[in-house]
Amino acid sequence: MLAYLVRRVLVSIPLLLGILCISFVMLKLAPGEPTVIQQDLQAQATGAQRETLRQLYGLDKPIHVQFLNWVSRVVRLDFGRSYMPDGRRVLDKIAERIPITLGLNVLELLVIFSTAVPLGILSASRQHSAFDRATTIFVFVGFATPDFWFALLVMILFGVQLGWLPISGLRSLNFEYLTFWAQVWDFISHLILPVLVATFGGLAYLSRIMRGSLLEVVRQDYMRTARAKGLPEQVVLFKHGVRNALIPVVTLLGLMVPGLLGGSVIIETVFAIPGMGQLFIQSAYSRDEPVLMALVVIGASLSLLGNILADVSYALVDPRIRVSGRGVAE
Amino acid sequence: MGGSHSPQRTAAPPRLLAVGLLLVCLAACSRPEALGESAAVDTGPALGDTLVQASIGDISGLIPNITSDSASHEVGGLIYEGLIRTDKDLRIVGELAERWDVSADEMTLTFHLRKGVKWHDGDEVTARDVDFTYRYMVDPKTPTAYGEPFRQIRKAEIVDPHTYRVTYDKPYAPALLSWGTTILPSHILEPAWKAGVDLRTTRQNRYPVGSGPYLFREWRTGEKVVVEANPDYWEGRPYINRVVYRIIPDQATIFLELKSKNIDMTGLTPIQYRRQTDFPAFQKAFNKYQYLSNGYAYLGFNLRDPRFQDKRVRQAFAYAIDKQEIVDGVLLGLGRPAVGPYKPGTWWFKETVKTYPFDPDRAKALLAEVGWKDTDGDGILDREGKPLRFTLRTNQGNQVRQQTAEIIQRRLKAIGVDMQIHIVEWAAFINTFIKKKDFEAILLGWGLGLDPDQFDVWHSSKTGPDELNHISYKNARVDELLEAGRRTFDEAKRKAIYGEFQDIMAEEQPVVFLYVPDALPVVSARVHGIEPAPAGISYNFTKWYVPKELQRYTR
Repeated sequence: MLAYLVRRVLVSIPLLLGILCISFVMLKLAPGEPTVIQQDLQAQATGAQRETLRQLYGLDKPIHVQFLNWVSRVVRLDFGRSYMPDGRRVLDKIAERIPITLGLNVLELLVIFSTAVPLGILSASRQHSAFDRATTIFVFVGFATPDFWFALLVMILFGVQLGWLPISGLRSLNFEYLTFWAQVWDFISHLILPVLVATFGGLAYLSRIMRGSLLEVVRQDYMRTARAKGLPEQVVLFKHGVRNALIPVVTLLGLMVPGLLGGSVIIETVFAIPGMGQLFIQSAYSRDEPVLMALVVIGASLSLLGNILADVSYALVDPRIRVSGRGVAE
Repeated sequence: MGGSHSPQRTAAPPRLLAVGLLLVCLAACSRPEALGESAAVDTGPALGDTLVQASIGDISGLIPNITSDSASHEVGGLIYEGLIRTDKDLRIVGELAERWDVSADEMTLTFHLRKGVKWHDGDEVTARDVDFTYRYMVDPKTPTAYGEPFRQIRKAEIVDPHTYRVTYDKPYAPALLSWGTTILPSHILEPAWKAGVDLRTTRQNRYPVGSGPYLFREWRTGEKVVVEANPDYWEGRPYINRVVYRIIPDQATIFLELKSKNIDMTGLTPIQYRRQTDFPAFQKAFNKYQYLSNGYAYLGFNLRDPRFQDKRVRQAFAYAIDKQEIVDGVLLGLGRPAVGPYKPGTWWFKETVKTYPFDPDRAKALLAEVGWKDTDGDGILDREGKPLRFTLRTNQGNQVRQQTAEIIQRRLKAIGVDMQIHIVEWAAFINTFIKKKDFEAILLGWGLGLDPDQFDVWHSSKTGPDELNHISYKNARVDELLEAGRRTFDEAKRKAIYGEFQDIMAEEQPVVFLYVPDALPVVSARVHGIEPAPAGISYNFTKWYVPKELQRYTR
């Protein structure tokens, strides 16, 4: 198992380098330089001043030199300073935002998993019932609904019309003056809508997978054997059925990490949550290359980590993988 | 009771007072947007309350001399001060400088600083701070876009702790305004600057010490910036206790927060102003304002392209485009047609220039004079076998501009001109098309400064790739006027110079001047003391207040 894990990690390294190389080149191919944004059409900015900035950032060097310089710094975990006028260290800028985004994503994964699995089991065990049909409709709606639009709808309903939940942000303005439990509730109430919106699509998807997987397992021979043994239906379904049906679901959960990270861009922008997704889109618009590339590194690493975790958990839940782990699991 | 003859003589003054109040109320109520709870219960200025503003982007730093985004400048403007500022009529008045002298040859400015003004940490503001700011602005390593006026200075000297003198190479009219730049505390920044430290990385850029009406309190990245009233401000403590800038990167979210009254002040789009805020509950809770903004939109041509070099072609386009239609259709009437490169209402604006009323027949006739005729009957004008066809480029994310482009397209089609529209993301637009002068026509806007000097935009020496005369306009007389205009401080002379400049602009139509949009701020009705003026509404922010009964945030 350990050897499998080590090999899995080692394979990821060239993959990560490939991702970085492609991202860097694509970023450089995009027209527009950070210096343009910083001084966009300022009446008093002169060409000489812009050249000063270009040299300051090393943008006057050829692209392969820029890439090598950058990689050699990244290996030492030096992501440099932001091109924005705050000139802050990229790591500082990301460090203050990463807990928010990671926390939200973990929360979203938990919500998706803990809702999708029972939902899938219920609809599979009552195939073709009214409940099953209702969830089918729910799933198609979930798939088809764009995040940003759904977000606005729930904001209007729960925030503006009913006034039950805060519309945006992470904390109320008077947060510091609240009692501890009021602070807890304040924080949770700010999370409800973004988590709801962020999980909607994934929830629909995963519950469908769970349902399909369980329906397939139910037809297996060992299920018939279990029933033939005279086991109660509950035990048959949960001990023999659900455990096996969970295998593909667990794997997919790990593969959802990149999607959730991508979704953070929209969720954090619409709900004004100061996380990594927001930073990503701002950096992209302002061509803040150091921040953008650092976020790509982190995003790619997290996605690869999600993949590895998916593979490992797959190996954990599926004895077949564990047994044949020596070389053929790939 | 008012009609009866009261025997008590003391009854008269209160009654007079009552009449006075009624007049005030009538005056306030006659403004249609000002209706609401506010007018009735004003018990006069009171300290306290918090004003929550929305900002679509985070601030980028708190040394405004080196930032260029409007949010940073807005927050910085509350924390710091300049030597001068502009008042409600955009006239220059003293801020840190109590007064100043201009020498007879108009080359030397002597500033006399207000005595006893303190930095927020208790040190006094002196000429040393001004001198440090000057040296920082002209340092080639300083990443600022505002250094140019300071490079015109030949000599700068500290006469005494409260007197600062600068001498320019030549008389330079925009000089005085440039001293509105943020004065930085030398006792905090100078040691770091001398040691070669990039000031953006100093504590001052995150936790600034200024001298202005508000003290910096807190900046939570991507979330909010908080400032608090400076009780020792030399002009008197501002009434509103605290100002919070909430950073909300989505326009729709800002609007929803506004509707739920979680935000007290923001800017509206024309459609929000006209339609989406047009219901009683909103009108009761907010006051909407409307005044001309500092900028105009234009249709520019690449004047290196021979087709656009004849002014009659450009005049034809000016006649073919109905500017009022754009103002009515796109801005929903919230703006006015532009006639030149200046904002109407400023002292240098000339009312009586040549205008181009909508007249497609005249446009066709002008194009025919130049040789553009539809010889092959395909509905598109042609000359020497080539159709009059070009592409208009504009930036993404500006719906008003995109709609304007479509209206222009339709109007030009009506006179037989085939114009395609290409919308490009901002950075790419500037880098690929504007800087390389690789465009036929562009739809863009200019923001306007507080001085009529527009040397950088229209002078023929400013047509380089990184300069602002992108359309490559060249006119010897305009060059002369632009040079003369910045070499004198005499308002009457400058008015004449820029008057002639505007006549030439109107005649030549180097660009088709389209419209000046309105600024459309909205402020919670509980805020009193707002007096719209040519400068907008924010100029007297420290005098805004919320009457005690209406205060919402007690802490």
